[in-house]
Amino acid sequence: MPDNSFTSFVRRTLARREATLMVLLVVLLVPISVRSPQFLSIKNVNTILNDMAILVIVAIGEFYVILSNGIDLSVGSVIAFTGMACGMLNESHPEFPVPLLLVVGMGIGALMGLLNGVLVAYGKIPPIITTLGTMSIFRGMTFVLSKGTWVTAHEMSPSYIALPRTTFLGISLLLWIAMLVILSFYYFSRFTRTGREVYAIGGNANAAKFVGVSETKIRVTVFLISGTLCGLAGSLWTARYASAVNEMATGFEMQAVAACVLGGVNFAGGAGGIIGVALGTLFLGVITNALPVVYISVFWQTFVQGLIVLIALALNTISDQRKNRKLLAQRRG
Amino acid sequence: MSETKQFVAKSRLIDELSWKNRLVEVFTKWEVLLCIIFVLVIVFFSNMTPYFLDYFNLMNATFQFSEKAIMALPMIFIIMCGDIDISIASIIALCAYVVGIAAEAGAPIPTLIVLSLVVGTVAGLINGLLITGLDMPAIAVTLATQSIYRGIAIGMLGEHACTKYPENFGFFGQEFIPGTIIPFEFVLYLFFMIIFAFVLHKTSYGRRLYAIGNSPETARFSGINVKRTRIINYTLTGLFCGISAILLASRILSVRSNIATGWDLEIITLVVLGGVAITGGRGTVFGVFIGSLLVGYLKFGMGLLKFSGTMMTIVIGSLLITAVLLPRLLDIYKANRKLKMQQMTRVGD
Repeated sequence: MPDNSFTSFVRRTLARREATLMVLLVVLLVPISVRSPQFLSIKNVNTILNDMAILVIVAIGEFYVILSNGIDLSVGSVIAFTGMACGMLNESHPEFPVPLLLVVGMGIGALMGLLNGVLVAYGKIPPIITTLGTMSIFRGMTFVLSKGTWVTAHEMSPSYIALPRTTFLGISLLLWIAMLVILSFYYFSRFTRTGREVYAIGGNANAAKFVGVSETKIRVTVFLISGTLCGLAGSLWTARYASAVNEMATGFEMQAVAACVLGGVNFAGGAGGIIGVALGTLFLGVITNALPVVYISVFWQTFVQGLIVLIALALNTISDQRKNRKLLAQRRG
Repeated sequence: MSETKQFVAKSRLIDELSWKNRLVEVFTKWEVLLCIIFVLVIVFFSNMTPYFLDYFNLMNATFQFSEKAIMALPMIFIIMCGDIDISIASIIALCAYVVGIAAEAGAPIPTLIVLSLVVGTVAGLINGLLITGLDMPAIAVTLATQSIYRGIAIGMLGEHACTKYPENFGFFGQEFIPGTIIPFEFVLYLFFMIIFAFVLHKTSYGRRLYAIGNSPETARFSGINVKRTRIINYTLTGLFCGISAILLASRILSVRSNIATGWDLEIITLVVLGGVAITGGRGTVFGVFIGSLLVGYLKFGMGLLKFSGTMMTIVIGSLLITAVLLPRLLDIYKANRKLKMQQMTRVGD
């Protein structure tokens, strides 16, 4: 019997990952802002949000792959290739309209994601092996494309560099794009048939197949989404950092996975939500930006991120197991 | 009369089919295919460049892949159980960091070796305990520890490079067996390879790995301590990361925090290319041995032909995907053949 009392309502809300993250964020922010009052200044908050905007776009792509019980390790390489392609296109054809550059990036990214998806869905190669392979293939292709050279700020058109910095209603375009992605995929996850089918395949692929969900279609779709979003992220990355380098976004897959795990996405597939991923990204951003405030060198960033992922992973697993045990106990009587 | 004729025709058909079958069976065996590809690669490169089929060059080339080939051995055990470890390159970096710092502090060679092995073993044990203790997915845990182990090396070293080592430390990774031109590293690899082949194919521990890979549940019900076996595998892999780190540091005599970056991919490629099923339960040490030589000499030959390192990464990545895709296509081919044969032998029933 559902218990409708106030305490149980509070308990249920707090049990949700989104609420836990909110509480943790506040708990984290209080000592940080006491220590360094300018941390919560509008300027710094804006910086953190802008830093996280690209990550949240990629993390949402990664979210769908993990949701379908896979993993995409090639995100960093897709970003590098699309970013380099957009940078070089902009260098050779400065007159090419900038918004179309984003479309080009998404198109190339979609093709790369499609390749991953086809290999996984039709080749039946496990996602980790597929994307481990394409990770190095795409990275190698970036070198081949650029012939080892860089695209630097003065070789790019000013309008391309200005794109993510343009503000509308006081908020940068980069942030608007990120919010648009979050909202549209929130809708996709909650209210569209395909969105729900991803949950179904991730939860129990066999059961989903029996009720008529096409497993191959969903597997291709999730990689297509991931590739497209990485393409978008790549074209934005080049503009935001005003350069395209072969090594860009190396290890970004780790941050994307970290954001998902922090957001309560279950690695076994089938559980998690877009809002959780967005909050997870924000959490990661606050921690990373707070490191210098507590006098920890940026060299320790990799370590801290790994540790956070491990802790979040352990918490997710423990809470899942507790839930399962409770269900089992209920069923027994 | 006609019945006898029919019978003779049918038995001849069966004879012919079984003979052909045996041939198909042999030539679709992964290890045999690998050997054929290996020979083709050798023939191709020795035609392309006169420097390839040179005894000294061939021996010298083993320096480039011995450490990875050594790492592929314990990785066979992990993948055999259906697990994965993508933190090995980071463990190597961590061990190499400890070796580099200790050497700068003036530690003698035995201390360096012990330190590296201990750090590697502990790191591997932590992986194993985390994965089995809480029953967490191996990919996720080793992805996290990948950052943690490499993160310690980055955090401690920063931009620093350790370049001070005791005299003779270069022996492990640079020298030859005295009196010959066979590198010490390669001999060490062959030694470990034989041990691993023995353990996997001739001991109950090896058979247990196959059982776990085919079905962990069944293995557990038949009295195999699955958790302990998996922990042992991860610890063993950590230990070998320590060995690799010594060889690597000794070979290049310079340790930076980005050492061994990207080795995870290459080592997993060696194992999978060697015919170990990524889902577990199938594969041989011999296959991985041939696979390691194949990749090693492919890269050596490409280097001689002045291919860039980038082209090699693309080739390695493609090899990994092909190596998983091809056995699947072979399986489908075999299944179709079997079906066809059944239909043919049913003639006149």
